[in-house]
Amino acid sequence: MYTILFEIRESLLIALRAIRANKMRSILTMLGIFIGVTVVVLMSTAIKGIDNAFQTGMSALGSDVLYIDKWAWFEHDEWWKMRNRRRIDMNDFYAFKEQAKLPLAVAPVINSRQTVKFGDNRIENVFLNGSNSDYVQTTNFTFSMGRFYSEIESNSARHVAVIGSDVSNTLFPRGDALDKEIKIGGVNFRVVGVLDEQGSWILGNFNPDKQVFIPIGTIFKNFQNQSFGTITINVRAANPLLLEETKIEAEGIMRKIRGLTFNEENDFSINQQEGLASQIDQTVGVIQFVGFFITGLSLFVGAVGIMNIMFVSVKERTKEIGVRKAIGAKRRTILGQFLFESSTICLAGGLVGLIAALLLSKIVNQFLPTSVQWDAVVIAIVVSLITGLIAGIAPAYTAAKLDPVEALRYE
Amino acid sequence: MNIINIEHIAKVYQVGFEEVHALRDVSIRIDKNEYVAIMGPSGSGKSTLMNVLGCLDTPTSGKYDFNNQNVSEMNDNQLAKIRNKEIGFVFQTFNLLPRSDALHNVELPLIYAGVPTAERKERAKQALIDVGLENRIHHKPNELSGGQRQRVAIARALVTNPSIILADEPTGNLDSKTGEEIMLLFNEIHCKGNTIILVTHEEYIAEHAARIVRLKDGLVESDEKVLNRYIPKLNSANVN
Ligand SMILES: Nc1ncnc2c1ncn2[C@@H]1O[C@H](COP(=O)(O)OP(=O)(O)OP(=O)(O)O)[C@@H](O)[C@H]1O
Ligand SMILES: [Mg+2]
Repeated sequence: MYTILFEIRESLLIALRAIRANKMRSILTMLGIFIGVTVVVLMSTAIKGIDNAFQTGMSALGSDVLYIDKWAWFEHDEWWKMRNRRRIDMNDFYAFKEQAKLPLAVAPVINSRQTVKFGDNRIENVFLNGSNSDYVQTTNFTFSMGRFYSEIESNSARHVAVIGSDVSNTLFPRGDALDKEIKIGGVNFRVVGVLDEQGSWILGNFNPDKQVFIPIGTIFKNFQNQSFGTITINVRAANPLLLEETKIEAEGIMRKIRGLTFNEENDFSINQQEGLASQIDQTVGVIQFVGFFITGLSLFVGAVGIMNIMFVSVKERTKEIGVRKAIGAKRRTILGQFLFESSTICLAGGLVGLIAALLLSKIVNQFLPTSVQWDAVVIAIVVSLITGLIAGIAPAYTAAKLDPVEALRYE
Repeated sequence: MNIINIEHIAKVYQVGFEEVHALRDVSIRIDKNEYVAIMGPSGSGKSTLMNVLGCLDTPTSGKYDFNNQNVSEMNDNQLAKIRNKEIGFVFQTFNLLPRSDALHNVELPLIYAGVPTAERKERAKQALIDVGLENRIHHKPNELSGGQRQRVAIARALVTNPSIILADEPTGNLDSKTGEEIMLLFNEIHCKGNTIILVTHEEYIAEHAARIVRLKDGLVESDEKVLNRYIPKLNSANVN
């Protein structure tokens, strides 16, 4: 046991000497591994980041919510068909609410984009969400200040607003939004509530942090003509297990309300987050595929490069191998020496790649939050060690079985 | 007692369709603490014989007993062990590792022998002191003269306390004065009780030994004691 450990340590030291003695060559060799490991770490970091963002986003919106809409959100094939659908209006909503038994909450939603101002601070194109007081029950919102607008405020179309955390941070850098009068599209609103930071970048328009919530009546009064706009009906199931049943009920009620006969297609769509989830999965899939492809390719190129360089190295050091054998190096000692050499070079390349990936992910983080995982570190180390061993095995074996006399005669 | 006993050793190389008989039928016995020179014209098989004696090469036929062990039947690992522990090689071209300093070069056989680091360094340093290189321990081969390089090689050969020293034309790449200094060193080593086998072309080098074996065409032509052996004077050594 002692001698094996000793031999391993000595092989490692000998390999390190050889690497130091051939710096330039070693550095070039590391390049392929460096790229491979950088990509693999960056990729796993990015995927984890997307995933995290998605999870928090999903839980902010609530995974057990149905969105009855004129449009199917995640299918774009039949766009022209959907365009000709009748709009969904408030009467549909009232009838739906009347008849639906299963939902925990039902809320009508209509959107508008407006500029929001407070003093000199302004945000263009804010996603304005108009609904009623039940809306908050179709979400998992939590509040950092104040509350959601009440039923009375909603029914009487008061000029009250609940603002997302990003909106609050921009308009009220000192965090004193509550009860302030803001201007939305030139109209005065009183802030009654500020949301905690909820969602995440991945939700795009759905990100509650960038939205302002006002009663739907106020939207109709100021920003949208009630007799044109189509609304979305948000339906929250009593619990996730009842989602499917709630959906079936909703479909039946909607068909009845819309007066569809049995052979007519739905003229509405019932959307779910699942659609978003599968879209995200697709994105992640593409990143993974591209990432693995690049990783595989650069590791392969790196491995071939290392193998070549190790072969050259064995050739160059034929005489040295002869000398080592003459003074008592066993085959396995020589084998170990060259294997150690190639895997140490790869490991060094891998570690540099890891560091580069971590720095890069800091930069990428500014556009797209990443999440560095410990498994990325382990992946980097294992991948580069294995590459080194695979690339080193043939040259090391060649070196080990050199005939000492021939090797010594080599010039 | 014989350290080396070879009987009817032959070594045949196959070059294309042609067989080259480097050694045809060589039988030699060498005792402990002998000092033998092997001579002969170029191509007579001297280096081949040294490689066989040093367990670097296996003969095509014949029997080789080293220290009463039958070497002919050993496997690669066992031969490596014999080379490491029992044999010290000195080459004409020194064959040092170019990028390692003197100390590491001398350490190397001890690394393969599994000697712990501290003891190893100590022994390697002592071996370098013994060959007169106490001031060159951390020099690399290209920072040393030819004579000094050969001294490092001799230190490397001696550091494991081998049973025999095999030197193939150790003075071949040195001028005559430096060669003489190396021969003085061999004389000292022999006087300490070591067994030395030395290949040379030069009659005056061979006369440092106590016995000369002459090869010709892969056969022993003559094998006789040196009558007026040349013992170098100790004070002629001036190393640095
Ligand atoms: N690997 C080999 N393949 C083929 N022939 C070889 C090989 N090694 C040696 N020989 C042949 O064997 C014969 C003996 O060679 P060896 O090197 O032993 O001679 P030598 O006495 O050491 O000569 P020199 O004084 O020139 O060193 C030569 O004819 C040589 O060509
Ligand atoms: Mg020769």
